[in-house]
Amino acid sequence: MTSTAPSTAPPPTAPPRKARTVTRPGDRIFAGMSTGSGVLLLVVMAAIAVFLTVRAVHAIAKDHGNFLTTFEWNAALTPPKFGVAVLAYGTAVSSIIAMVIAVPIAVGIALFITHYAPRKVGGAIAFVVDLLAAVPSIIYGLWGALFLVPHLSGLNLWLDKYFGWTVIFDKSDPNSSPRSLFTVGILLAIMILPIITNVSREVIRQVPRMHQEAALALGATRWEVIRMSVLPFARSGIISASMLGLGRALGETMAVATVLSANSELSAHLLDIGGGTFSQNIVAKFGEATDFGRDALIASGLVLFVITLVVNGAARVIIARRKEYSGANA
Amino acid sequence: MTDTVMDATSSAVPAPSSLLASRRLPRWTPLAVAVIAIGVAVGIGAGAGLSSHIQWGLIALALFVLGNYAVTARVEGRRQAKDKVATSLVWSAFILAVLPLYSLIETTIKKGAGVVNGTFLTHSMNNVLTIEPGGGVYHAIIGTLEQVGIAGAIATPIGIFTAIYLVEYGKGRLATVVTFFVDVMTGIPSIVSGLFILSLWFVLLGHAPHSGFPGSLALAILMTPIVVRSTEEMLKLVPNELREASLALGVPKWRTITKVVVPTAIGGITTGVMLALARIAGESAPIALLVFGSNVINTNPFSGPQSSLPYYIYEQYVSGSTASYSRAWGAALVLIAFVMILNLLARAIAWWKAPKHSGR
Repeated sequence: MTSTAPSTAPPPTAPPRKARTVTRPGDRIFAGMSTGSGVLLLVVMAAIAVFLTVRAVHAIAKDHGNFLTTFEWNAALTPPKFGVAVLAYGTAVSSIIAMVIAVPIAVGIALFITHYAPRKVGGAIAFVVDLLAAVPSIIYGLWGALFLVPHLSGLNLWLDKYFGWTVIFDKSDPNSSPRSLFTVGILLAIMILPIITNVSREVIRQVPRMHQEAALALGATRWEVIRMSVLPFARSGIISASMLGLGRALGETMAVATVLSANSELSAHLLDIGGGTFSQNIVAKFGEATDFGRDALIASGLVLFVITLVVNGAARVIIARRKEYSGANA
Repeated sequence: MTDTVMDATSSAVPAPSSLLASRRLPRWTPLAVAVIAIGVAVGIGAGAGLSSHIQWGLIALALFVLGNYAVTARVEGRRQAKDKVATSLVWSAFILAVLPLYSLIETTIKKGAGVVNGTFLTHSMNNVLTIEPGGGVYHAIIGTLEQVGIAGAIATPIGIFTAIYLVEYGKGRLATVVTFFVDVMTGIPSIVSGLFILSLWFVLLGHAPHSGFPGSLALAILMTPIVVRSTEEMLKLVPNELREASLALGVPKWRTITKVVVPTAIGGITTGVMLALARIAGESAPIALLVFGSNVINTNPFSGPQSSLPYYIYEQYVSGSTASYSRAWGAALVLIAFVMILNLLARAIAWWKAPKHSGR
């Protein structure tokens, strides 16, 4: 600061000195490192897109089937023939099942923690849910394959018996094990429950107390408070929480790979074994794949990357918009 | 119920005090309805010969919700009845979610506890056939520690510096873009980050050698955005007065950040880093692509395939014999314990280092 230290009595006639900012080398280096890290992340994101695309284009150019509509995955054949139709279908179906099950339950738990449970119990449950979000996916996979699958046979038979007429719950071979997209969906639902619950809980907690107390003062019941003041405020937050969960479900690898017994059939019967998802296919085929086969798998990974990018980006845009609109939680 | 009946009769002659208070069911009503519902459900279940007790439970639940609605609607009115239904739905959502999660933890502990012992923790799978018992996870633990350690060493500085950029320097479009992509990066599937490192290796070297290091790179990609996010939140909590006081004393900005801002938030930052480590310690997909698994102890992460705990679990599951299943459960217990200890330590640090006057 020696260079800018003001003299005790500046001459009044002197022209107003320009406020000089002193930039020290330390400052410049530190700012450079910080900015550099930020830019590095952008470079990595761009590199992911570029490198995946380079390898993917290489593979798709030699594909003798239509990459988007071919069912089977035979990259080792000459000529190679592979496509993502079954994988896209399986990924979408299992994720949709997971969302249908998980979102209402997760919102229920979030409301339970914030509005229904006694305060201390709620805090304890929130803590446990936080911990559960950290359980590795391979353990869900192991549990799903060795515990959940045998325990779901009964439910499968029951669904087949009473709801078989809906086609989707029609099980072609009642004796086959339930290693189906339906089971995968249930397992994914269990896996994404903690994250959706956590984010929804944070959003619901931000609902202004005044809104709720105003509703209570007007004589609303607890449910009416939730329906009229909590849910409208938290809606966009819950949507984006769900989309974060959806992103998880779309990209989940090991839990699907252990539970699903995959094949290249696209079937509307959700309880039948078979189908596949992007990431499950990559792990399953990677071991015996040739270099070209790996490029083909990279191509399918690129599709998955783009899908999750869109889903996550949309979720973030929704959150960001909400931040702008709600001045209440400032 | 007698109270309410009396209330109902007395409200015919409106007393001034009862105008404000509407009719209420006594507090034990839900309990009574529940007991009746369970009784009827057991009757139906036993009578119709339903074998599954889950079905009995579901019938009881449905009867309880319906009964509660009917009774409340009759005495307190429709709005109150809807409130009761919502309450029971929220409670059942909670119970429904707790069951599988509880079962997951219980099964892992029950099946894993019998396997984990001194031998299991200190031996590799070298010369152990997958169908016979024996062997252990030592090589996998070493692999996990090394890979996660390297990933942490890469991701932590980058993550913290990015967060410092976003909070202390970031203005304008670049900061917005970085924030957005950090968010999006959080959602990259682990398998995609594995494929990226794979294609990077292909393009740079022409082939992809299996070793621990590329696995660490993929894990670092997954870890960095988590570190950025948590560090950013912590730095934002540092009061501006501290920065201003330091700057007013003529301390350069970078010294202010390293000596005032970061030390104030160091507890939270440590917590964030440890949670991120716990998160990537459980990732197996990139390991499957890049590190490839191994049965022997390989302490060098830069050459030759390694194992890792999550991948070891997958390997043992795929082997499909009774012995390998129990090894998988044992490894699952070790992994869960590792992750949970990291989590609890991280939270303990957060609680211990939390600013005492943060106004929260």
